[in-house]
Amino acid sequence: MTAMNVGAANREALERLCRARPAWTAVRPAREAIGLSGRTLLHAGPPIEWKRMCWPMRGAVRAAALFEGWVRSAEEADALAAAGEITFAPCASHGAVGPMAGIISPETPVLVVEDRVNGTSACSFIADGPWGHQLRFGAHGPETLAGLAWVRDVAAPAFATVLEREGPIDLASLMAQALSMGDEMHMRNAAATGLLARRLAAPLVAAAPNAAELEKILRFVTRDNDQFFLAWSMCAAKAAARAIEDLPGSTVVSTMARNGIEFGIRVAGLGERWFTGPASVVDGLYFPGFTAADANRDTGDSAIMETYGLGGMAMAASPAVQKIVGAKSFADAVQTTRDMGEICVGGNPLFPIAPLGGDGTPTAIDIRKVVQTGIVPRINTAIAHAKASRMIGAGIATPPSGPFVDALVAFGERHPG
Amino acid sequence: MNTTDVMPQEPLRVVNVGLELFARELEAQGVEVVHVDWRPPAGGAEIAALLGRLGD
Repeated sequence: MTAMNVGAANREALERLCRARPAWTAVRPAREAIGLSGRTLLHAGPPIEWKRMCWPMRGAVRAAALFEGWVRSAEEADALAAAGEITFAPCASHGAVGPMAGIISPETPVLVVEDRVNGTSACSFIADGPWGHQLRFGAHGPETLAGLAWVRDVAAPAFATVLEREGPIDLASLMAQALSMGDEMHMRNAAATGLLARRLAAPLVAAAPNAAELEKILRFVTRDNDQFFLAWSMCAAKAAARAIEDLPGSTVVSTMARNGIEFGIRVAGLGERWFTGPASVVDGLYFPGFTAADANRDTGDSAIMETYGLGGMAMAASPAVQKIVGAKSFADAVQTTRDMGEICVGGNPLFPIAPLGGDGTPTAIDIRKVVQTGIVPRINTAIAHAKASRMIGAGIATPPSGPFVDALVAFGERHPG
Repeated sequence: MNTTDVMPQEPLRVVNVGLELFARELEAQGVEVVHVDWRPPAGGAEIAALLGRLGD
């Protein structure tokens, strides 16, 4: 592998990410869409076994086992998992993404997003329901299970009906518009959520089973949840990133994900192999009454947003996100995006950043540049409580550089001079 | 040795490479500084050689 070939492969990776045009095409059970069977659960981040899982992920496993009817109590779920009776695998290795704990079970309805330009698709966990108590933060009580069942039985079929009647919803143009409206689409999805709600509202009138459920669905989409669109943005980013998951000769990052214990990356030219290091403590702003001492380490598949060139890479496009994640100033946000440009192959013209003269968001993270400069990707993220099922803040995660160095060494071994 | 033997009589103009702190300290003393943001690649000589081989 010559240097020139690496450069060409990386430019191809950038081209594939930039030409992706993800569209939302379906909502289906994970059993059908991902092929999950038996007692299999997908989780966020790099591979991890039950005994090493963090508290939020264990709680989400309990919720999923109860939701699937495998067990009748949280204690039984723990015993089932401890006995090795549940197969765990990363969402990322199955073309899927999940926020925070990221647990997806066979009967979980998932979004299906397709990119017909690159011929890829991806699936994402949708949401837990309109009542809080979210699975993604480890909740597994009756409210969580009721929310999951309602999404499965009411909201997901209504969304599926909308798509069957209306055809795919173009997420690429929606996200481009949302970026121009101030979203970086990791920790701020307010504009994108509004645009999606506008797109869904009229078709849902006919797709919902009755007026009461229509109101619940619309409240589900719109009420008190500017982050509702995150599932769609993650799914779109994953569909785009799948186009580089096996691109020989490329040193571009195809996956970044965290399981609450470890941060992991995969690299286009190294296929399925994970490179991991300790998940970071998130530097952020905490809700009143909480501090860093309450926080779980960085978790979730949502770093797919930075992998795709949004989130922390697009800080300069989103003045409004600065106060959410604790950036010091707009100048600081602009500098972050400029720093991210130092470690990326190029910019994505689909996502022009007005304050930077229309330059596209930094896209296609090159592990060579990360190691050369010592600059690691900045990941905007929510912060989960380490021992209670709730979000306690938001901030910026700075992942360890070790996985990037290890991946570069592995790449060098695969391509000896 | 007199300090004038080692310190130039002309005003200092400095190119600072690496740690930005030095540049800021000199600036605070009114010295004209151009800062170059550079740091050695992680991993030492072996990694540097690998980067050289795999570089564009």
